[in-house]
Amino acid sequence: MTAYSITEPSGRSKLVAGLLVTLYTIVTLLPLVWIISTGFKSGPDSISYPPKVLFEPSLEGYVNLFTTRTRVAAEEFQNLPPPETWYDEIVRDQGMVIAGPSRFGERFLNSVIIGFGSTFLSIFLGTLAAYAFSRFKVPLKDDLLFFILSTRMMPPIAVAIPIYLMYRELGLSDTHLGMILLYTAVNISLAVWLLKGFIDEIPREYEEAALIDGYTRFQAFRKVVLPQAATGIASTAIFCLIFAWNEYAFAVLLTSGTAQTAPPFIPTIIGVGGQDWPAVAAGATIFLLPVMIFTILLRKHLLRGITFGAVRK
Amino acid sequence: MAEIVIRNLRKEFGSFTAVKGSSFTIGDGEFFMLLGPSGCGKTTTLRMIAGLELPTSGEILIDGEDVSQRPASQRDIAMVFQMFALYPHMNVRKNISYPLVSQGVPKAQVAAKVAEVARILGIENILDKPVGGLSGGDRQRVALGRAIVRNPKAFMMDEPLGALDAEFREHMAEELRALHDRMGATTVYVTHDQLEAMQMGDKIVVMNHGVVEQFGTPQEIYDHPATMFVADFIGSPAMNFLRFEGGFRPGETAVTLGGVRIATPELHEEAAGRQLVLGVRPEHVALSDAGAYRGRVEAAEYLGTTQIVTLSTAHGSVKARIPSGHVARVGETVGLDFDARTLSVFDAGTGRAFRTAANAGVNHG
Repeated sequence: MTAYSITEPSGRSKLVAGLLVTLYTIVTLLPLVWIISTGFKSGPDSISYPPKVLFEPSLEGYVNLFTTRTRVAAEEFQNLPPPETWYDEIVRDQGMVIAGPSRFGERFLNSVIIGFGSTFLSIFLGTLAAYAFSRFKVPLKDDLLFFILSTRMMPPIAVAIPIYLMYRELGLSDTHLGMILLYTAVNISLAVWLLKGFIDEIPREYEEAALIDGYTRFQAFRKVVLPQAATGIASTAIFCLIFAWNEYAFAVLLTSGTAQTAPPFIPTIIGVGGQDWPAVAAGATIFLLPVMIFTILLRKHLLRGITFGAVRK
Repeated sequence: MAEIVIRNLRKEFGSFTAVKGSSFTIGDGEFFMLLGPSGCGKTTTLRMIAGLELPTSGEILIDGEDVSQRPASQRDIAMVFQMFALYPHMNVRKNISYPLVSQGVPKAQVAAKVAEVARILGIENILDKPVGGLSGGDRQRVALGRAIVRNPKAFMMDEPLGALDAEFREHMAEELRALHDRMGATTVYVTHDQLEAMQMGDKIVVMNHGVVEQFGTPQEIYDHPATMFVADFIGSPAMNFLRFEGGFRPGETAVTLGGVRIATPELHEEAAGRQLVLGVRPEHVALSDAGAYRGRVEAAEYLGTTQIVTLSTAHGSVKARIPSGHVARVGETVGLDFDARTLSVFDAGTGRAFRTAANAGVNHG
């Protein structure tokens, strides 16, 4: 006789579930594996057909990503002093010399400044607004909340031309501030809505207790509400950062020099005779890291944040 | 500690009036009950005293000072919430010391004060635990600790026993009352449980639909309800209402129901040809074969030492609480005797009790 349990799945369903999860993991991780491995291939390996699964790893892509290189005449090349560093050597092997650093570092730093800056601003404004919407009698509250949400009802890129013209007039084109403000504007509706949900879940009594214990409204907000909203703030921050970090279309349109972020820069990395795929892949790999680290650090909060309020406590 | 005076307190939320001009005085050191069904305005009244809501009009005097428009943080009162509202991200010690920290009390003094409070409440062993895993009773004690640590002018308690198990409530009620007696702190306590109010309160305000129905000691309110609402709300089973038409003149000491004279306390008012209600508590009804007022036994509920006998009479159903030794057979017609000194006579239209010799001193609303 088979014993049934409603809490413990049977061996077979566990097996099926395990297979499905594994399959899903492979499907989603495959592009990632492809990118990461391409970053360690040499130029010819990266474009060989059929694709090479086993290859001799090379740091060529990473070196090319961070440098600009130039060809020199054959006899001059012969007379060069021996390469001083390992990356000099890699470049020499391609028959070139290093001319200087590439712009990737700058672009990456721009991404960090704009991504984290706009995330901070979205969370800062979003938390205050969400708190006000959650706790105070705001005139036309529902209409305002709907209005805030409605900014997400069309793809942001639909307003690209007006924004482009506006930014040109205001001198915000190709500036860090302009990009931070733009990404904040896009993210703030998400932040307000998500955070309002989280703050709604925090009983008012906590703040009232603090008010009675002699704290001002702002102190109560800072010392009692914020620590309890930490989970919600963390998961909202992840969503905001992922958007700002990965945003491509506005970055292409509005930045070219000083404030250009990594996404529009990476595909433009050109090597000799075309796209330098190992360098592009190396750029994409490095570009992945901050969001990955940020998400892993806040993972505990994220999981709680996503299921927050699903179960009555 | 302080005396709290409430004058014509009114609170409107949009077009809804939660509290309609309440006035009462809470004596220094009193354990004061705000009692009423849900939605009667008792919690709103408490929150106005605490400063969590600002009144639309009226005055709140704490120690003679009008604080009605001041924020909660400036009123020097403490509050215990129904769900305790312990700060979940702090441990017990931090929770209790939090009100002192806001006042900038030196650290050594905070530690000493917290230790003293923990000793009074018997929670020294849990001071360093997070509040999340505490039992209901311990949470309650921590909430009390947070309230008493500061020596505030008064305590506000919003149904503090509401979240506890039934068996534990009784115990906590005793603990609360004992704590109050030891500290002698003015306490305002909101409850919808009439038993709790009677058991613990020095004074009770009974509210209904935003109006103070009666204000007095538990005994006054039980024995001499000012309105039919109070009579019905207090006591279990509730007061019996015998509806009849008739009248009386000041000085008379009886009313006539269906030709039977029933003795009452001396009436001080006049009523003629009106719908009236005679109110009688179940324990003031005795069954006797000789009684002129008759009723038919419908049911008897055995409660150990007493029983509740339900009778139908010409003026409505009557419940009598009588010794369980008395045999009442269903279907039998018996006589009812009422204890004359305890009867109330109400105006059926307004629900108000007529003034009699018995309730002359009672505070009506």
